[in-house]
Amino acid sequence: MIAYLGRRLIQSLLILLGVSLITFALLYLLPADPVRQIAGRSATPQTVENIRQQLGLDQPFVIQYWRYLVKLASGDLGRSYIQRSEVTELIVSRLPASLLLMVGAILCELLIGLSMGLIAAVKRGTATDQTLMVASFVGVSAPQFVVGLLLLYVFAVRLSWFPIGGYGTWRHLVLPSLTMGILGAGWYARMMRSSMIDVLRQDYVRTARAKGLARSAIIFRHALPNAILPVIAMIGIDIGIFMGGIVVVESVFGWPGIGQLAWQAIQRVDIPIIMGVTLVSAFAIVLGNLLADVIAPFIDPRIKLR
Amino acid sequence: MTSPIAPDLPAAGRMPVKPRAGVWRRLVKRRLAMLGLGIVAIVVAGAVLAPWLTGYDPNEQMFDGLTLEGSPLPPNAQFWLGTDLLGRDLLTRILYGARTSLIIGIVANGVALFIGTLVGVTAGYFRGWIGSALMRFTDLMMAFPALLLAICLAAVFEPSLWIVAMVIALVNWVQTARVIYTETSSLAEREFIDAERTIGASAPRILFRHILPHLLPTIIVWGTLGISTTVLLEATLSFLGIGVQPPTASWGNIIFENQTYFQAAPWLVFFPGAAILALALAFNLIGDALRDILDPTQRGRA
Repeated sequence: MIAYLGRRLIQSLLILLGVSLITFALLYLLPADPVRQIAGRSATPQTVENIRQQLGLDQPFVIQYWRYLVKLASGDLGRSYIQRSEVTELIVSRLPASLLLMVGAILCELLIGLSMGLIAAVKRGTATDQTLMVASFVGVSAPQFVVGLLLLYVFAVRLSWFPIGGYGTWRHLVLPSLTMGILGAGWYARMMRSSMIDVLRQDYVRTARAKGLARSAIIFRHALPNAILPVIAMIGIDIGIFMGGIVVVESVFGWPGIGQLAWQAIQRVDIPIIMGVTLVSAFAIVLGNLLADVIAPFIDPRIKLR
Repeated sequence: MTSPIAPDLPAAGRMPVKPRAGVWRRLVKRRLAMLGLGIVAIVVAGAVLAPWLTGYDPNEQMFDGLTLEGSPLPPNAQFWLGTDLLGRDLLTRILYGARTSLIIGIVANGVALFIGTLVGVTAGYFRGWIGSALMRFTDLMMAFPALLLAICLAAVFEPSLWIVAMVIALVNWVQTARVIYTETSSLAEREFIDAERTIGASAPRILFRHILPHLLPTIIVWGTLGISTTVLLEATLSFLGIGVQPPTASWGNIIFENQTYFQAAPWLVFFPGAAILALALAFNLIGDALRDILDPTQRGRA
């Protein structure tokens, strides 16, 4: 177990190192010149050169990357080119909003997805089952920005049940969470359905039926707990899907999280921020995968760590 | 249907069937797959016949396409789906936008499928240090938030239709590579491949005559599902303004261009949005049915 964990941790670190190298290289190749952005249009060539030297952007790629890594080791993601503040601070100040959205989204996903999957499995082969499965396909095929804009139009503009955007109360959280959750709910519904069908096939369920237990007791006490565990274990992997969606959803709803930060930074070629958010997201994804793998054998003892 | 928790009886679909015989026939028997095929047929027809289906030019800004105050027109007899902020016919732009979605769906997904298969087969069949290096790189790519990577890539290159297609391909090959790798490495250990090697068959011969035909069902299924992912990614990039650039119409950039006005003119989001959803849904439905038909290990599970 310890050896396995150690090996996986080293692997994860190497992956993150690779992510940082690729992102850094991509941004190094960026045709837009950040120095010109900072200096403004009226700057003299002399000023531009000074800024370039100050930021260390006149150095060769390897040296720039090495300097970045050394700072990164102490948790320093550098300074934003435009906002003139520490990237680490910017990200830390916006992380709570994104985490809150993540919790909201996961709650929506599980609530909608698991109940859809459960009902579909119990009513397997009926029209209800088919309708729910089509609905799950619609969920995974719906572009998040369209879902977001339509929810905004119906529930905020027309019905005024929720605010049009922004951040603060639980009312602000509902629509963005729902937008993110609809995509995930589609996946969870399908997984839950097949997991539940597998469990309902087991001998012990037949035994429970044979001894005359009520249907609801069999489903909720005997089948559901076993069916739900492998699905819950997917939450770790789900973080990847979540990280993909925050840029879009946060910019549609004006949600002040790291997705919006990244989006603003991309438009202003603020490379340290783009690097920072990419690394934080990759970190979350790697951590999620690691958790999913480590938790799996506890949930299902048949899985062994290798 | 008497008891929902009755044990499964073997379904007719699980009877041994000749591989790939009548895939099409079994596909058209499924209602959902038919729905998907129908949507795809409509979109393809709309894209190909666009100039004949509409009397308008997609980029023509019409005087009678705006109200006197200069706002877009809602759907009416003259402009069936209304007009956009610049007074262009929305239906026409959606029809031409279908071309963009289909071209990107086919090209980007084709390239992604090619890269994924190449990486997966190479890593799965040859193993060794090349194999591990390729799969470590695939792991690395999986840790990237796909959209963020696509955004960075799209920002590096000047966006055009083909660049957007390449960006999407560079992001989307990863899943395919993983799946193909797993299948190839288990195939490579099977006895019939060993036998081929023993009688001295060359690697290309084994790969093309024996491994690839076995991978074909997987490639077809992932290729179909991948079009859906591709269409969604293109729409998202274009919505963010870094995908296909106006005036070239794309379902994503129609929404991008009109987003500020959507509270007053929701049809400008609704119709292109519905088009994106329909096309992505169609390929998901077809892909899922194909998986049921082609992949015997999945049959009867979902």
